[in-house]
Amino acid sequence: MNIDYSQEAPTVAGRLTLAQIEELVARPMATKPDKKFFIAISISSAFLLIGAICLGYTFYYGVGMWGNNQPVGWGFGIVNFVFWVGIGHAGTLISAILFLLRQKWRTGIARFAEAMTIFAVMCAGIFPIIHTGRPWLAGYLVPYPNQHGLWVNFISPLVWDVFAVSTYFTVSFVFWYVGLIPDFATMRDRTVSKFKKTIYSMFSLGWRHSNRHWTHYEKSYILLAGFATPLVLSVHTIVSFDFAVSILPGWHTTIFPPYFVAGAIFSGFAMVVTVLLFVRKIFNLEHIITLNHLEKMNKVILLTGMMVGYSYAMEFFIAWYSGVPAETFVFINRAFGPYAWAYWIMVSCNVIIPQFFWFRKIRRSIPAMFVIVILVNVGMWFERFVIVVTSLSRDFLPSSWAYFKPTIFDLGILLGSFGLFFTLVILFTKSLPVVSISEVKASADGAQPTHHGGAYNE
Amino acid sequence: MNNDKKIFGIAATFKTPDEIINAAKKVSSSGFTEFDVNTPYPVHGMDKAMKIKPSKLGFVTLVMGLSGASIALLFMYWTMSVDYPMVIGGKPFFALPAFIPVTFELTVLLATVSTVIAMIALFFRLPDNKHPLHDTDYMKSVSADKYGIVIESTDSKFDEKSVTDFLKNLNPLKIEIIYYPPEDSYPIFQPKFIIFLIVVAVLVSGGTYITLNKLLYTVPYNFMMDQDKLNPQKPSELFADGRGMRTPVEGTVARGFMPYPYTGQTNPPEVLANPYLPTKENLELGKSKFLTYCSPCHGNFADGDSRLRGQFPNPPTLHSTRARDFSDGMIYHIITNGQNVMPSYASQITREERWAVVNYIRVLQRAKNASDSDLIEMKKETGSNVTN
Ligand code: HEC
Repeated sequence: MNIDYSQEAPTVAGRLTLAQIEELVARPMATKPDKKFFIAISISSAFLLIGAICLGYTFYYGVGMWGNNQPVGWGFGIVNFVFWVGIGHAGTLISAILFLLRQKWRTGIARFAEAMTIFAVMCAGIFPIIHTGRPWLAGYLVPYPNQHGLWVNFISPLVWDVFAVSTYFTVSFVFWYVGLIPDFATMRDRTVSKFKKTIYSMFSLGWRHSNRHWTHYEKSYILLAGFATPLVLSVHTIVSFDFAVSILPGWHTTIFPPYFVAGAIFSGFAMVVTVLLFVRKIFNLEHIITLNHLEKMNKVILLTGMMVGYSYAMEFFIAWYSGVPAETFVFINRAFGPYAWAYWIMVSCNVIIPQFFWFRKIRRSIPAMFVIVILVNVGMWFERFVIVVTSLSRDFLPSSWAYFKPTIFDLGILLGSFGLFFTLVILFTKSLPVVSISEVKASADGAQPTHHGGAYNE
Repeated sequence: MNNDKKIFGIAATFKTPDEIINAAKKVSSSGFTEFDVNTPYPVHGMDKAMKIKPSKLGFVTLVMGLSGASIALLFMYWTMSVDYPMVIGGKPFFALPAFIPVTFELTVLLATVSTVIAMIALFFRLPDNKHPLHDTDYMKSVSADKYGIVIESTDSKFDEKSVTDFLKNLNPLKIEIIYYPPEDSYPIFQPKFIIFLIVVAVLVSGGTYITLNKLLYTVPYNFMMDQDKLNPQKPSELFADGRGMRTPVEGTVARGFMPYPYTGQTNPPEVLANPYLPTKENLELGKSKFLTYCSPCHGNFADGDSRLRGQFPNPPTLHSTRARDFSDGMIYHIITNGQNVMPSYASQITREERWAVVNYIRVLQRAKNASDSDLIEMKKETGSNVTN
């Protein structure tokens, strides 16, 4: 296979033939993992282990091991939860919303972004459960007939969360799996190993690439995308209700739902770019995940970054305009109080740094964008920290004010969640096609009949 | 060629999407219906070329989405407004705006999951790893980058020779005859499979038993139960008498306490007179207390027919002449003092409530032993003109 590496391919899979595309995507699964792979996975699983140990301590001794105090009862647990759910949103946005908008460039990155959604939601799901302190009692969150004759409180945003996050996980997973079926079939017909073949056959369900099936399949894809789109908006909206439905100054604002959704897309895209930068390099996917893709994502980051910045400004404006002293106090306290350092990290990383993406050069420069997206990730984590911690630490009653300081266990669990996420991502890159083979084939040059646009060039 | 095998169909592969569209058009317009086109991805315009009707999958989504919405709403209505109504945050029992999020999520969940299940199981009839097309060269090439068409032997116009010629005319890369695979049989009752089932059953039931009955009572799961605090029925090292349960300090009287002078007496203290009139509120109170404290033994209507029958010295009916002839004060006394195995209810039921229970028992007794004149009286009151 000789691909011209001196030039970037202009569109998805530029001049590659179908067989070349397949070969590129399928290679990581057919070859033995190399040294880079083992180094990567040992780092990520070491993080995971640290997290697991810290969790073990937490389970044994209780959440007293964390920095949570009175009045900051929602420390890292909720910060991390909101952060990870937000990361997940980019995947659904890319796979569903861009699909409905007929953005062809999404094909190269959709599969990967969806996988990240699933892993991020898994990381997120851990936190609400462990922050209750007795995770083995989490089953009580499910409405089931019990001997008390009691039901869960359907009016509580925390129960909405349970429904939203579990639905989101299920639907993302189903969507992802449906997309994988044809690829499993392709892998099944490619592989020479009998063992792999059995596994692929099982997951491909005996898919035959039949056009009588493709009709329904394409229909189902539109239907799923149509449902996933409002779903993804609803999920972060409902997460924001956890705060907005309360009466705490700094939380009790109607701007939260759109603000959270914009922030989620912002942080999610930053995370997708971070991970894709590595993946395209390591697996030589530069021709499928091109600089154009990255640039487009950087534009989305720029846009959503400004939306987030607008929300920050609007919060301040309303705090002043409403004339509510408690509200005004909270915001002045945010910017100039004991957590001013966190606030200004957030503002600089989320609002100021992305402005560099106005320059085309920076949008298309790998090192520059790497630094920026990492900072955006940091900034978005701090955004959640600022919202959760500053509002709680100084509420209505000055006598109960307290400064929240995370313990080593808080940090360990945060690190562990990153470990879990990257371990899953790394395993995914080696075991499943990271790019949708059938979709990329379908949008390659000459893949469609001539009377349907795509000129066939051969 | 192997003649004892049954032909599934004849397949032809093509190199370009244009050719396959053309081939599909030719095949469908020559009257074949049992044929299929296999391509590595959906080729635009194929539905028209193959004359496939638009997918009806959307109906499944619609029906299941609507059911998801109604199930969610009805369920929340029933739990929050009917089965266990509770005022939360001053909202109405049926707080529609607060029900929207869960309704929406359930709509999406049911719609998407059932669409996919219906698509795979009903529309595709998958999983089917035994299909004759599997493991053929044909399948391998259409899975990668070729475009293929199969005319199946079930078609009424199928004839090996003419179909082969017909396909040859289309200039394919290759023609392949596809046979049914030899029949495999997998008897379910293989010893291995049965052993597997037994092992799974033992593991699942044993695991569940150990988790629920043993594991959850070990450290750290029992931390909530074993706390360093006083429990009424547990010993305590803190006090000289070694008991966790404390008695009131000598010489003190609890708030609202009224000494009852007849404790321990069996003779009816006829001096006790009922100070309460059987008003509606009073009877409602008596009813609720009776149902809470007395019905477990004496039955819901004081017939002495509770489920304790046979497990406890049978609680007597309160409709006996003896019980009906009791004065109000006597029943009050029995509640306050207890009688033989029936314990005293003085600590659970306040004085007012005890009299209300007495009044309610009187109502039950009257109702169970109603006379004809009572009926006439009642009909007059309710205005019923039914005569019998
Ligand atoms: C633990 C079961 C139990 C409960 C609860 C209970 N009783 Fe009794 N009750 C008995 C038994 C047993 C007797 C028969 C005692 C005896 O042997 O004299 C009895 C006897 C009586 C009698 C006397 C009947 C007679 O013919 O001698 C009256 C009146 C009575 N109960 C009223 C009440 C009222 C009112 C309550 C509710 C406050 C009540 N009981 C709750 C078990 C119970």
